[in-house]
Amino acid sequence: MATDEILEGEGLPHSAAEAPGMPQLDFSSFPNQIFWLVITLIVIYFVLSRIALPRIGSVLAERSGTITNDIAAAEDYKQKAVEAEEAYNKALADARAEAGQIVANTKADIQKDLDKAIAQADAEIAARAAEGEKAIAAIRESAKDSAATVAKDIAKDIVAAVAPGKIDAKSVTAAVTAKMKG
Amino acid sequence: MAEEAHGADEGGLVFHPMDQFIIKPLFGDGPVGMFTITNATLWMALAVVCVIALLVLGTRKRAIIPSRTQSVAELAYGFIYKMVEDVAGKDGVKYFPYIMTLFIFIVFSNFLGLIPGSFTTTSHIAVTAVMAMGVFLFVTILGFVKHGAGFLSLFWISSAPLALRPILALIEIISYFVRPVSHSIRLAGNMMAGHAVIKVFAAFAPLVLISSGIGLLVTPLSIIAITAIYALEVLVSFIQAYVFTILTCVYLKDALHPHH
Repeated sequence: MATDEILEGEGLPHSAAEAPGMPQLDFSSFPNQIFWLVITLIVIYFVLSRIALPRIGSVLAERSGTITNDIAAAEDYKQKAVEAEEAYNKALADARAEAGQIVANTKADIQKDLDKAIAQADAEIAARAAEGEKAIAAIRESAKDSAATVAKDIAKDIVAAVAPGKIDAKSVTAAVTAKMKG
Repeated sequence: MAEEAHGADEGGLVFHPMDQFIIKPLFGDGPVGMFTITNATLWMALAVVCVIALLVLGTRKRAIIPSRTQSVAELAYGFIYKMVEDVAGKDGVKYFPYIMTLFIFIVFSNFLGLIPGSFTTTSHIAVTAVMAMGVFLFVTILGFVKHGAGFLSLFWISSAPLALRPILALIEIISYFVRPVSHSIRLAGNMMAGHAVIKVFAAFAPLVLISSGIGLLVTPLSIIAITAIYALEVLVSFIQAYVFTILTCVYLKDALHPHH
């Protein structure tokens, strides 16, 4: 029953009576369609070529320009950062070198002072030693003199005691001096 | 899809898959003259409105960071611009506005035609043939203007053996003159066929109201089929606009560089 109805609905004579086959081949509508199509295409063409396409083109160009500029600026900043890092490292190295210099200088200064002080102390020690030696020598000298005087006196006394008046004091002194030198 | 001009027939299913393509006056019921405002006029005008909305209003702000509509407009621009540049070469870029006009009109007509109850202007051979003939005449005249008689070397394939060349030339000439035919029928045929098939399935859909027996099976199947064909048609709408445009670019390339 259903099949019959489908067939009836599909029935060619029935629909062909009302619809003229393909409306696409109804040539009477062609001038109308062609006229409105041409109008439509002309309107779209003018809207596109006068407004839309130049605008979109400029927006795209502007965007790519902005992007290029931004990338260039970023590159610039990167370069600056690298330079800043280099400057920092350089400053650090300089400071380190300077500190080393200062340490060396200070060490040298201290060494110099030290050497000076040691030299001074040495000189003083030497001076003192010389002084002491001189004093010892003087003492020795005076002791020798005293010993000679004592020896001469004792010899005079002995000579006077042994043989008074026979030998004068001068020859005794000379004899003692000669004896002591020998 | 289209308004049912015939109304329900006597209880049976209604099969008028081609009625959606009938051109009729929008106001009144007279004959369709050249300047009559018809449903075709309406849907072409709507295509113009959509073009303006997308490409003019959508890019109004000229934003560096684009809005959604502006992105779509830029995408369409870049898509066609690159196509023209790649296919027709640098010197084809001059003709980019013409090609963009064709593409944007076809793509909007195709998609507007997918709105249920709408009218598909590009399903009419009159519309596509005018565009295809326009392209054909334009590239042929351009070829002769640019290269004079040298344009004929397009048909004289110098890389082929000499003996074959006359035969190839004949074939090339025939294929050259068939171009506008295939160019226009491809688009109109695709649009018409898809819409007609949807309409046929749509006619089967109310079967359950007539016969609850077989209808329980056929009705869901036709609804699924309508959905599937509709998805396919969305794809076809874009692809056919793309194909029409890229073929235009190819023909333009032949006119600009006829030497193989």
